[in-house]
Amino acid sequence: MAEGKVEFELVSPEKLLLSEPVEMVVVPGEEGDFGVLHQHAPFISAVRPGVIKVHNGGKVTEQIFVSGGFAEVTPARCTVLAERAVAVADIDRGAAEQQLRDAREDLADEKDEHDRDQAERQVAVAEAMMAAAIG
Amino acid sequence: MPNLKDLRVRIASVKATQKITSAMKMVAAAKLRRAQEQAEAARPYAERMERMLGSLAAASAGQAGAPALLAGSGRADVHLLVVGTADRGLCGGFNSNIVRNSRQLIRSLVGDGKTVKILCVGRKGRDALRREYGDMIIDTIEGVTKPRPTFDKSESIAERITRMFEDGEFDVCTLIYAEFRSAITQIVTRQQLIPFAPVAVDEEVAEAGGGQKASYEYEPSEEEILEALLPRNLAVQIYKGILENNASEQGSRMTAMDSATRNAGDMINNLTLIYNRTRQAVITRELIEIISAKEAL
Repeated sequence: MAEGKVEFELVSPEKLLLSEPVEMVVVPGEEGDFGVLHQHAPFISAVRPGVIKVHNGGKVTEQIFVSGGFAEVTPARCTVLAERAVAVADIDRGAAEQQLRDAREDLADEKDEHDRDQAERQVAVAEAMMAAAIG
Repeated sequence: MPNLKDLRVRIASVKATQKITSAMKMVAAAKLRRAQEQAEAARPYAERMERMLGSLAAASAGQAGAPALLAGSGRADVHLLVVGTADRGLCGGFNSNIVRNSRQLIRSLVGDGKTVKILCVGRKGRDALRREYGDMIIDTIEGVTKPRPTFDKSESIAERITRMFEDGEFDVCTLIYAEFRSAITQIVTRQQLIPFAPVAVDEEVAEAGGGQKASYEYEPSEEEILEALLPRNLAVQIYKGILENNASEQGSRMTAMDSATRNAGDMINNLTLIYNRTRQAVITRELIEIISAKEAL
């Protein structure tokens, strides 16, 4: 591993999406975004729906939307377990809008508390996805 | 002496069977490649999830107020076995190996005076266990691999199991499936899902943490993360089990059909040999008859 770099891994249940040494990665944590550099203190956080930004050479080289999950940080590594991940460039605006509308309708229809929680989550994911698509 | 016509019919029938088995082998090989890719692609997530949970579990082990999914219900009286098999047969020893392993487990649990409940994932498991343990089977889930295994399906199974656990319907949950090694070897594996049994914490984690495993910081809080992570882990482990099973099934079927095709080939050779010998014998006999008849004149 190159000096001063952090081994960044992004995995979804379906596959290993990304595994490479990067200079810095910014992850949308449950309680605020956090940046991970080499030698970060060990840290586990929930991830809220949002965009992961990979920094290399002082610039953002990759932006990936995740719909939530968990991040594990060790001094040498940053592993993000995402529920679903799409590169920001690949987000379909139309589909995202449709998803947001559907999610809001579902939320309005749900009566059961458990289902309501789930619908609320769906809306949050869809909103974050729209925000990511608009940039 | 075998009848010539019977032999011809027999050879034709074995040939037809061979055609079917070799076609099945080809289909299984194609499916195997896809299933194997999918199973291998899913491994990193499951492994990392397990690692993360392992270090979390180690940190909160023995603490009061640990989530029930981690600590268990405090009893071990009712066991839920999730038996993963295929929906279809003709795949060598795949289904029967899993069923045999499950039977052993059931017998030893019942011997210890425990109550056993069975949730079959896959029709063949239910078919095989129904006769002996029909009253223990609570439900069967079919078609998890149709058209292909998805995470959503595993999630709904996991949700169901979680709900049952919360309702106090069982204390310990074990998943039985065949881990895919290669097309020839599949290893029947028992994995305890609830309470979560941490795999041996690997060296790397201890090393990366500077020798202190429990030095992680948590955001939001340890309990909240554990509460979200545990049901998710359940879904991931079930998903992994289904994928491994799917790959194992196809691998097992491919090997079984390969040897069936080869056996059919051997049989055809044998039958053809007998057929030709018989044919020659018939000709010889006819000649002898003609010659001796002529000499008698």
